[in-house]
Amino acid sequence: MLEPIIGLEVHAELETQSKMFCACPVVDTTQAEPNTAVCPVCAGMPGALPVVNRRAVEYGLRVALALGCEINLASIFARKNYFYPDLPKGYQISQYEQPLARNGRLVISTSQGERVIRIRLVHLEEDTGKLTHVGQAGPAYTLVDLNRAGIPLLEIVTEPDFRTGEEVRGYAQSLRSILRYLGVNSGDLQKGVLRIEPNVSLRPAGQTALGVKVEIKNLNSFRALERGVAYEIQRQSDLLQRGERVRQETVGWDEAREVTFTQRVKEGDEDYHYFPDPDLPPLVIEAAWAEEIRAALPELPAAKSLRFREQYGLNDYDAGLLTAEREVADYFEQAVAAAPEAAPKMVANWITGELFGLLNQAGTSLRECRVPPSALASLVGLVSRGEINQNSAKSVLGEMFTTGQSAESIVASRGLRQVSDTAAIAALVQKALAENPAQVAAYFGGKEAVAQWLFGQVMRAAKGQANPQVVRAELTRQLAERKD
Amino acid sequence: MTALTTLSLAQTAAALRRGDFSSRELTQACLARIARLEPALHAFITVTPELALAQADAADHRLAEWRRLSPPFSSFANGGGPGWGLLGIPIAVKDVLCLKDVRCTAGSRILENFIAPYTATAVERLLAAGVVILGKTNTDEFAMGSSTENSAYGVTHNPWDMSRVPGGSSGGSAAAVAARLAPAALGTDTGGSVRQPAAFCGLTGLKPTYGRVSRYGLIAYGSSLDCVGALARSAEDAAIVFTSMAGRDPQDATTLDVPVETITIRDSTPLADLRVGIPQEYFVAGMQPEVESAVRAAIQTLEALGAVVEPISLPHTQDALPVYYIIAPAEASANLARFDGLRYGPRQPADGLWDVFRNTRGERFGAEVKRRIMLGTYALSTGYYDAWYGQAQRVRALIRQDFEQALARVDVIAAPVTPTTAFSIGAHGDDPLAMYLEDIFTLPANLAGVPALAFPVGFDSRGLPVGMQLMGPHFREDMLLQAAHVFQQATEWHKSSPMV
Repeated sequence: MLEPIIGLEVHAELETQSKMFCACPVVDTTQAEPNTAVCPVCAGMPGALPVVNRRAVEYGLRVALALGCEINLASIFARKNYFYPDLPKGYQISQYEQPLARNGRLVISTSQGERVIRIRLVHLEEDTGKLTHVGQAGPAYTLVDLNRAGIPLLEIVTEPDFRTGEEVRGYAQSLRSILRYLGVNSGDLQKGVLRIEPNVSLRPAGQTALGVKVEIKNLNSFRALERGVAYEIQRQSDLLQRGERVRQETVGWDEAREVTFTQRVKEGDEDYHYFPDPDLPPLVIEAAWAEEIRAALPELPAAKSLRFREQYGLNDYDAGLLTAEREVADYFEQAVAAAPEAAPKMVANWITGELFGLLNQAGTSLRECRVPPSALASLVGLVSRGEINQNSAKSVLGEMFTTGQSAESIVASRGLRQVSDTAAIAALVQKALAENPAQVAAYFGGKEAVAQWLFGQVMRAAKGQANPQVVRAELTRQLAERKD
Repeated sequence: MTALTTLSLAQTAAALRRGDFSSRELTQACLARIARLEPALHAFITVTPELALAQADAADHRLAEWRRLSPPFSSFANGGGPGWGLLGIPIAVKDVLCLKDVRCTAGSRILENFIAPYTATAVERLLAAGVVILGKTNTDEFAMGSSTENSAYGVTHNPWDMSRVPGGSSGGSAAAVAARLAPAALGTDTGGSVRQPAAFCGLTGLKPTYGRVSRYGLIAYGSSLDCVGALARSAEDAAIVFTSMAGRDPQDATTLDVPVETITIRDSTPLADLRVGIPQEYFVAGMQPEVESAVRAAIQTLEALGAVVEPISLPHTQDALPVYYIIAPAEASANLARFDGLRYGPRQPADGLWDVFRNTRGERFGAEVKRRIMLGTYALSTGYYDAWYGQAQRVRALIRQDFEQALARVDVIAAPVTPTTAFSIGAHGDDPLAMYLEDIFTLPANLAGVPALAFPVGFDSRGLPVGMQLMGPHFREDMLLQAAHVFQQATEWHKSSPMV
């Protein structure tokens, strides 16, 4: 029996105004003209020197504190030396022996219940440039774009606490959600601003020594992450069961073929000749500053989800869905506040059901949505007061979504307001019973299904705008009267 | 016009303000002298005459404005106050400091076509004060050397004896000032590279406190040791250059926010009760007797001027050399990694990426640079790091402690700068260790980060200058400069110039 042991390295670009060690702007490197956000410092020009971006440190501390880490009050920037065209100085400034923070944890929920994932360390470094290889065959060349070089990067390393791809995915999604809550990273895996790199090894269950590990790269979606890990577990397990050995290497995930392929074979541990960067004094964090940042942390997804369950009586699933994104949670709470007579559960259903459906279809986000929480609240209010029925309400929301008009004006202009006036409905019922004596007789003769037909007659007479509950109650009452 | 180039910097500044001559006339005189002497001397890698004349004209414009608005010139006869002491003064800059749009080679073939896209902070500050830049001076490749013989652009000659080296690595700057091509020059001092050439060329050379002058724009050699310093013909002149470029720079995180008091050099202050420590470890067997006797005589002069002299000990002095030759190469091995053939300069023909790196670095770095990169890479290797780099850092702390303890007892420490006077070109050709030994008296101040000032105190029997250095507490350059100035008021050594 083989046991998978999985650890995770996450690199999150910090979306500060300027880069880690210079004043260049942090740009969307998938959009910006190459080499337009570059200066002597991030281009590694001779003589240029780094200066730490305080805001990047603050962002890093937010994450470290949100993950419950111990903050290292004097961390050290080191030089990690290696030659590569995307690394203009020939070394990356990174933290090594003294990272920004250590010993955190993140609790995730899986189908097997809650799991605690230990965070080994959180450290600051700079991103490298981006290479574009041109030409598959023939005189190939490589283009270097340094817009990304020097963008602040936060590396978050876990202990090898995962056993399945599902756990890895759960952790990655929770972490992404936290990063977004903290406003430090957009969580866009496609653009590579958040890069998740699992390392997978297998060992016989019960053995303490770890097996040979393989690092997986190019995982550009959560689906790819889960599948890539599952694939790698299977591949290694097949190898070991055939009596072959796993090679220590870095593999890439081939999205189209859903397989991993060798990128780089590691011969033992590479020697990066780390040493403290003499250009940067120790990064001293004042305890009071860290405390200030801790105090200003927003309510995080797990705490918010718990509160939603308790305060609004939501189930786990809805609470989880509503709190995965801060803007959704805020939207929900604003809508609930604006619709005091509606049950929060009902507001939740309208958001996670109809509204999400419309957003998905239109391919937009809640931020761009033309239905503000107050407008959704009035719609839900109309439904809960019985003024329009569920079906009308869905079509009204559709129109609100495209036109931005209020629920009230759409209901009024389309004449959708349903009749709940008992006297008016009673008259319609009386008329229907009087006009259909044969069916009434059949009903009393035992054909109870005829009641449904009579209900249809009343609704038709009301042009669909009668409150069905009131109609049903009135019909039952008048039939009972006649029977007597 | 040659007479213009015989004045000290302070005298020149006063003359410019009086309007005795213009900055353009002065600059032309310097350029003419450069044109005449450079072929034999080779102090410069790049001369920038057009730039210099344009800067001179701009300075003349400011000088005219200043004369129109200012009180009688007489009150500025000597020095003239902050911000004015350098207006219109030509200087030379060591070719490891970037100057926008001008080639910066660091004495290396790997940077032979590198045009700096920005200006170093120290140079920028001098430009703001109105200096005129004559050009970029010769240096050992990446400032690694003690003679300028390691320059890829040819050796610089010592104006006192053209068969000898000017010292290094700031040898071009020292030769230029000694030969009166410029009244002052910028150098850099990582292990003695300002003080040793100052001693060999009969100049006053200041290595400031580490972190006192910005390193931004200085092509790095040993980042924890590198200091931008000044070479001039007197302590007074060195002080003018130093105060104009010192102070915290937001672009260099290792500069410190210690105010730079304008150093007012006083002529008449005796060295009343200045406690001068003489470290026994700096008077070693094998040093040239004339160097020792000149330094001891200078110490007696200090005593005669009011100083109180006492013997002290800096017990870890002998460890400075091995510690330096681990730390500086280790830092250099990373600092020079950016010169990989992909940027800045020429690329050697190669098949594939790794050969680009290998061939370019293999062909275009000189032997000494490659030697230090290998030393440094080794010292940082996994498994050896603690025994070499780690141990060197621990011993460095002891050397720093030596200075702290000594400077708790005395105000300044006086010692020779070099064991010998200028040696012949080629003398240490095949012996890097003999070359390294040239720096044994200068390395400790870099490792401790303390300021040190070298100045001339005599000549040997061949007529070559002998230097002495004063080392002091962090950020007390003022004390060193004042003491040397008082010495120079009482002596003539600094007024001697070579017959070129």
